[in-house]
Amino acid sequence: MTTTPAIEFVGVRKDYLSHGESVPAVRSLDLAIAQGEFFSLLGPSGCGKTTTMRMVAGFEDPSAGTVFLAGRDVTGVAPNKRDVNMVFQSYALFPHLTVLQNVSFGLERKKVGKDEIRRRVGAMLEIVSLTGMEKRHPREMSGGQQQRVALARALVNEPRALLLDEPLGALDLKLRQQMQVELKRIQREVGITFVYVTHDQGEALTMSDRIAVMNAGLIEQLGTPREIYEKPSTRFVAGFIGTSNLIDGTVGHLDGDVAVLEPAPGERVLVPVRDGIRPGGTLEISVRPEKIDLHRNAPATTGTSLLSGVVTEVVYHGTSTNYTVATSAGADFTVFDQNASNAEDLASRGERVFLTWAPQHSYPIGV
Amino acid sequence: MRRILAPYLLVLPGGLWLLLFFVVPMATMLSLSLQEGDIINGYVFTGHWQTYVESIQGYQTQLIRSLVYGAITSLILIVLSFPVAYWIAFYGGRRKPTYLFLILLPFFVSFVLRTISWRMILTDDGVLLHPLKEAGLLPESFHLLGTPVAVIGGLVYNFLPFMVLPIYVALERIDPRVVEAARDLYASPLTAFRRVILPLSLPGVFAGVLMTFVPASSDYVNAELLGGTGTTMIGQVIQSKFLTSSDYPSASALAFTLMTVLLIGVFAYARALGTDDVMKVAAR
Repeated sequence: MTTTPAIEFVGVRKDYLSHGESVPAVRSLDLAIAQGEFFSLLGPSGCGKTTTMRMVAGFEDPSAGTVFLAGRDVTGVAPNKRDVNMVFQSYALFPHLTVLQNVSFGLERKKVGKDEIRRRVGAMLEIVSLTGMEKRHPREMSGGQQQRVALARALVNEPRALLLDEPLGALDLKLRQQMQVELKRIQREVGITFVYVTHDQGEALTMSDRIAVMNAGLIEQLGTPREIYEKPSTRFVAGFIGTSNLIDGTVGHLDGDVAVLEPAPGERVLVPVRDGIRPGGTLEISVRPEKIDLHRNAPATTGTSLLSGVVTEVVYHGTSTNYTVATSAGADFTVFDQNASNAEDLASRGERVFLTWAPQHSYPIGV
Repeated sequence: MRRILAPYLLVLPGGLWLLLFFVVPMATMLSLSLQEGDIINGYVFTGHWQTYVESIQGYQTQLIRSLVYGAITSLILIVLSFPVAYWIAFYGGRRKPTYLFLILLPFFVSFVLRTISWRMILTDDGVLLHPLKEAGLLPESFHLLGTPVAVIGGLVYNFLPFMVLPIYVALERIDPRVVEAARDLYASPLTAFRRVILPLSLPGVFAGVLMTFVPASSDYVNAELLGGTGTTMIGQVIQSKFLTSSDYPSASALAFTLMTVLLIGVFAYARALGTDDVMKVAAR
């Protein structure tokens, strides 16, 4: 392994002309993706993630900045002269070619020998479990099989990086989950850098080594799935990844290594002290729904945050029950309660309840 | 019961129309071609099939010429129409309907009128040749009217939309991502065209050839208005046999021969280059 990143963006910007006006798709991008990494670009539609990927493939040229592939400046280099391959959202298989011809297409262009092509295509079809389907046309295959052909067609070229543009979007839930596991397995097997574009945070969290959360043409946060989920650095990330309960408040006093906020009399939010948290300062705190305990009677604990509120919604999900609680602190709280104990414990709508969680689960955003 | 009858009821008006104005005349014509007699004493069915042999032998030249003109017309049309259709399909943007409308615009003027206009443009002292002859760029004896160039030119002009539209439809249906996929898989723009765009557009070319070769080979207006004695097409022969010399049996026999030749040609063509096979051939 070398230390040269597989893909690197330096000061990249991309503007589109729309009705005579220049609209930024990617505002400013500095990013290095390591060799062999499973990297996800995650964000809502229009956040610039697809544009970013297309700049790697060579279908878009940056308005400013430089794109490097394995240390080589490829800005302005045609797509066919770049050692990356793409899996398209709609698969974009060649409808007039068989599976075998589809998968061989890239190697034939690269003038690889016939025997070598046969060997590599055969091996690749085995990896994606399509052996025996060589003679079929794409239209004779299911969505999941077409997906595998698209994957094989790109991977067989052993590119520096594989770019995947929401490749599981068209599949149903069951197949999607199956393919997530499979993609991860294939990536481990071939050891190629995967750049995965998705708006599905679940997908990104499950498969990625690192995730860049994008919004409005900028990276909001870059980190491991765990970091992104547990420690969202902006309000946007906290809201986009999973469900977050957000509390705005002013720090009352410090009590040892925790800061105490008192949104209402008798209630408290405890946050671990760190640089930048001082009495009188304002804080924005994110709490994940599954970290919160719901009590029907006032708990006696003192070492936890404590809020009270009224249940406005109860949704039973089998493994958990989701509550919406209108707190006196103002905001509606979402609480996921594991259905580990008896169902009789369910709180009902309109009931007054108490919410507690450990200080380390209060995550101050942007501090 | 109603459900079973519904499809038949739906097909009834069109079916009756076809029976009355297609099947009956065809049968009449087939019978005519096997009759003997003359316009004054009337025709009697005798099963005289020799008329076929005689008319084919007599007008072999015109028959072959018609097929050759039709084939040349289709070939020129492919070359002319492909770039136009390609440009509209891939670079037309939001104006695609406008461009297609422009292609169809000449249809708003009668076929015959348009051909007469061509006659006026191509005539020896018309707007095209007169200035060139004045400038000494062309000899005084040079003329276009009456030549195969004028006839084939007229056919090409008149049938252009029938080639542009099917090719356009085929190109328009190509997912741009598929072309991008080819580029992504190391194909140069030219290779992407040759290996992906061209094979995927062949069904359109196939349809365009069908829609131009058949009517062009049996056309008589262009040869009549733009041609001369050396460009007589089979359509003109049939027309004059029917209307001038009232030789109904020969006219019908020739009409049937032309139809049979074209049908065999079309089926052979479809067989050799069936849409599915076109793709397989192109994939190699």
